[in-house]
Amino acid sequence: MNYSVIVEVTLRPGIADPEGATIERALPTLGFSGVSLVRAGKLFRFSIDADSPENALATAQSLAERLLSNPVIEDAVARLDEGR
Amino acid sequence: MSSAPEPLHRALGLTDSELDDIRQVLSRDPNPLELALYGVMWSEHCSYKSSRIHLKRLPSKGAHVLVGPGEGAGVIDAGDGIGIAIRIESHNHPSAIEPYQGAATGVGGILRDVFSMGARPLAVMDPLFFGNLDDARNRWLVEGVVSGISGYGNSVGVPTIGGELTFDECYSANPLVNVLAVGALPTDRLALGVASGWGNYAVLLGSSTGRDGIGGVSVLASAGFAGDDGAASIDDAKRPSVQVGDPYEEKRLIEACLELLDRGYVVGIQDLGGAGLVCATCETAAKGGVGMDVDITAVPQRELGMQAFEIMTSESQERMLAIVTPENFDAVQAVCDKWEVRANVVGHVVEPTIMTDGTSVGMLRIRNGFDGEVLAEVPASSLADDAPLYDRPRQRPSDLDAVRADDPTIDEPVGDAAADLLDLLVDPAWVYRQYDSQLFLNTVVGPGRDAALLRLAGPGLPASNRGFAISTDSNPRWCALDPKDGTALTVAEGVANLACVGASAKAVVNCLNFGNPEHPEVMWQLSESVDGMAAACDALSLPVIGGNVSLYNESGGRDIDPTPVVGLLGIVDSLVAPPPGWDWNDGDALVLVGHREAAGAVPFPLAGSRWATRRGRRGGQLASFDASRLVSTFNFVTAEVASICAGKVSDVTAVHDVSGGGLAAALAEMASVTRVGVNVAKLEGHGELFAEFPGRFVVATSDAEAFVARAIGAGVPVTLLGTVGGTRVHLGGLLSVEVSDIAARRGGALEGALELI
Amino acid sequence: MARIGVVVFPGSNCEYDAAAAVEQLGGSAELIFHSATSLGDLDGVILPGGFAHGDYLRPGALARFSPVMDAVAAFAAAGGPVLGICNGFQVLTEAGLLPGALQKNRGLTFLCQPTTLIVSSTRSVLTRAATLGAELVVPINHFSGAYTCDDETYASLVADDQIVLRYRDNPNGSRDDIAGVANEAGNVVGLMPHPERAMSSLLGSADGRVLLEGFVGVGAAAH
Repeated sequence: MNYSVIVEVTLRPGIADPEGATIERALPTLGFSGVSLVRAGKLFRFSIDADSPENALATAQSLAERLLSNPVIEDAVARLDEGR
Repeated sequence: MSSAPEPLHRALGLTDSELDDIRQVLSRDPNPLELALYGVMWSEHCSYKSSRIHLKRLPSKGAHVLVGPGEGAGVIDAGDGIGIAIRIESHNHPSAIEPYQGAATGVGGILRDVFSMGARPLAVMDPLFFGNLDDARNRWLVEGVVSGISGYGNSVGVPTIGGELTFDECYSANPLVNVLAVGALPTDRLALGVASGWGNYAVLLGSSTGRDGIGGVSVLASAGFAGDDGAASIDDAKRPSVQVGDPYEEKRLIEACLELLDRGYVVGIQDLGGAGLVCATCETAAKGGVGMDVDITAVPQRELGMQAFEIMTSESQERMLAIVTPENFDAVQAVCDKWEVRANVVGHVVEPTIMTDGTSVGMLRIRNGFDGEVLAEVPASSLADDAPLYDRPRQRPSDLDAVRADDPTIDEPVGDAAADLLDLLVDPAWVYRQYDSQLFLNTVVGPGRDAALLRLAGPGLPASNRGFAISTDSNPRWCALDPKDGTALTVAEGVANLACVGASAKAVVNCLNFGNPEHPEVMWQLSESVDGMAAACDALSLPVIGGNVSLYNESGGRDIDPTPVVGLLGIVDSLVAPPPGWDWNDGDALVLVGHREAAGAVPFPLAGSRWATRRGRRGGQLASFDASRLVSTFNFVTAEVASICAGKVSDVTAVHDVSGGGLAAALAEMASVTRVGVNVAKLEGHGELFAEFPGRFVVATSDAEAFVARAIGAGVPVTLLGTVGGTRVHLGGLLSVEVSDIAARRGGALEGALELI
Repeated sequence: MARIGVVVFPGSNCEYDAAAAVEQLGGSAELIFHSATSLGDLDGVILPGGFAHGDYLRPGALARFSPVMDAVAAFAAAGGPVLGICNGFQVLTEAGLLPGALQKNRGLTFLCQPTTLIVSSTRSVLTRAATLGAELVVPINHFSGAYTCDDETYASLVADDQIVLRYRDNPNGSRDDIAGVANEAGNVVGLMPHPERAMSSLLGSADGRVLLEGFVGVGAAAH
């Protein structure tokens, strides 16, 4: 089977996020109030051949931790893309 | 609105008369693919059909010119077996739509022009023009363009060593993003974009081909941003498709191409720029007088279902076309494999066709498979060279006399000179800090000074002690008042900038940014500007070895001020020590070198000055261009600085050209970087603070007597202005400002205006 | 004469500059392509600046998987001197040969400018010839140069004297003004500034010499 997977990479809690902070600072000047805790990250989408959804997810999580993220500063979470 | 469908040729930007020309060439009706090929190749952007008759008036010859206009880049012989390639281009319209990618792909394109000559790109410069920063969109454009240049240029690994930054309301929504690149090559590696040798392969190197920029440059550059009716004319066929740059692909492409040329594996090479594959194939074939068969199915495609016209006209970035003998193809493939660059044979060089009248014509044939159906067949030279040339109507603007009569020198009230000075100072460091200006260990004088100065060294080049200097200059304020003398004075300004770093000017390139050529006033400006450039280049013995014309720069129906950008290339014969720069010392004497007063009726003209422009005064009478007053001054300053660069001891401690903002701004800039003040005893009135005309230099010297004697010996006028020292810039009782205030205002002006601080 | 290898990843661009600096100091420099699986007989290795693999994904993230990196890791483990400059520093942290990580600059723009560095430890192959507390003018040239690490790592960096260079005026938001760090043994060093760009007063500063002299010299001594 072929499974669509999404991996989200975000900075770990406590790691400074100048991109997120800059976006958050810009929002009030654009008229958006009440927005807080903005964090910037990356999203990857790909397909995996696997014999079960569990195995697809395990492969995705493994490659996400090894390549797509830097565990020193980032967390990576893989999930199946149910919509596809 | 008419409901009748527009004929295809008009949708492709061709006039009815141009369609007749095509029928004449082919002796039949063109098919839609052929029409599309003519549409892009005969566009203003590719054919220069409105400007070419004027450009012919520019001098382009010189004993040291190895390659003049018409190739990827101009090349001069710099000595020591080294050639320097230089080229300037505009990427104005793409940058108006997507500033990051527009600017980034501009850098990529100009680099390909340079390394297609066999030169390793060594430096980039970016003259930039934006609308005023009180408009949020203009601020967005500035940040996007600068980060695009930074993102692409730094990553591709070519230092960006300077440029220009101009703000004026006429560039609102139509920024000018010009880019100049310089490369160097061992003269025996010089390569040209010529196809020859029947049976040879045309090999497409680099990226795959997608639908990005289909008709982008060509149609975009001809459509303008004319406001309401302009927007309506950009229908689906003309809708711009933004090209995306990949500096990593380009970096590998540079290394692969230079290695191919080093190993002698290619017969000819050309980049794919505007009009993509059709341009590269028809131009190389036309130059070689050969035919070429192109197989569209052999072109690697990024998207499914691409049509033949899309494949042929796509402006996908980071691609080159190399002409290779069949015997060398495997070796070419191996080099490309090493650099992870794709290489595909997409064309065959073929014999010219003998026509019924006995002439032989190189035909460009687009085929579906090399042995498959012929989809298009047209004479290659008819695409490349035979676009109609237009002598469009020219008319001197009817209000010009009134504009010139409205002279701020005569009646603009003198205000608080200190406040006016502070208002004029802008340190562009926020821009150039984002550029890698130092890669290759060549940068002796980087961005933010009169001219950039680099060692003439690089991987694969013969050893040399020489240096080369680059300056880009423009002055739309001057050129709006008098495009002829304004352009001539701009060339002089560039030569003056080179003199400050000890370089003798050797060659000029130009980027002519103008409005809509269908407006007779714009064509008059263009023609006058070319005459002014020709006059200055003749008088200063400078060949123009390349150029670019960008028309249809208009916004909301208003044409931009004429903006000819002049790129100057100079040589320093011995560069072992840095030039003095602006670093004057406490106790130095301050000398003005050159004629103190301008040529013409007004000694200190404020017309076209930054001071007047800030006060909303855009009229008046410009200083005249008079080469006889300039040459000995330029030669003297160049020789003084060159001797310091050669390692000789000198009493000269600082040199700065008097330009934008006048004498007051020049002195304030020097005070700002050294944090040492200056005291000038007497000036000839308020006008001398802010008047702008080239040919004056501020020189600081530790031995005024010796310096003045040398100047007099060289027949150069000098004026003792005063003394360096103290904590204030004190100018002849006209203004007095603390150096710390100058530094703070100058340093924070740009970031403040961008609302970053 | 010290033989220094300079690793070339596709997208590296400071390899010629690093090699020129080594040769200016009397060493011999050898360019090593990223596909190499062994380093040969070398006295030291430099990972130069640039944009290896286009900096796509993260700076250094893809370069770390290049074949040559196994050989670099083995060379470092055997005590060989390894220096990562700018992008090379990013590669070394991604590869786990140095602690911490480099994030985007505080101001979210690329920065190319002179900086003043303070020598904070001389217990490394890069700073061994420098004077503790000395101020050196060396340019930076990066977008992602803000050094970051967790508190535990930071405590051990301080305890083991692994912070070798600090910025006098922090340009990029680095934790504790850190410009360069070493591993515990001091034979692997990374820094964001470019000492090879500060080798001559003609180009603005010669303060980088004392750093690279130490690095090339330690190689010569080993030979």
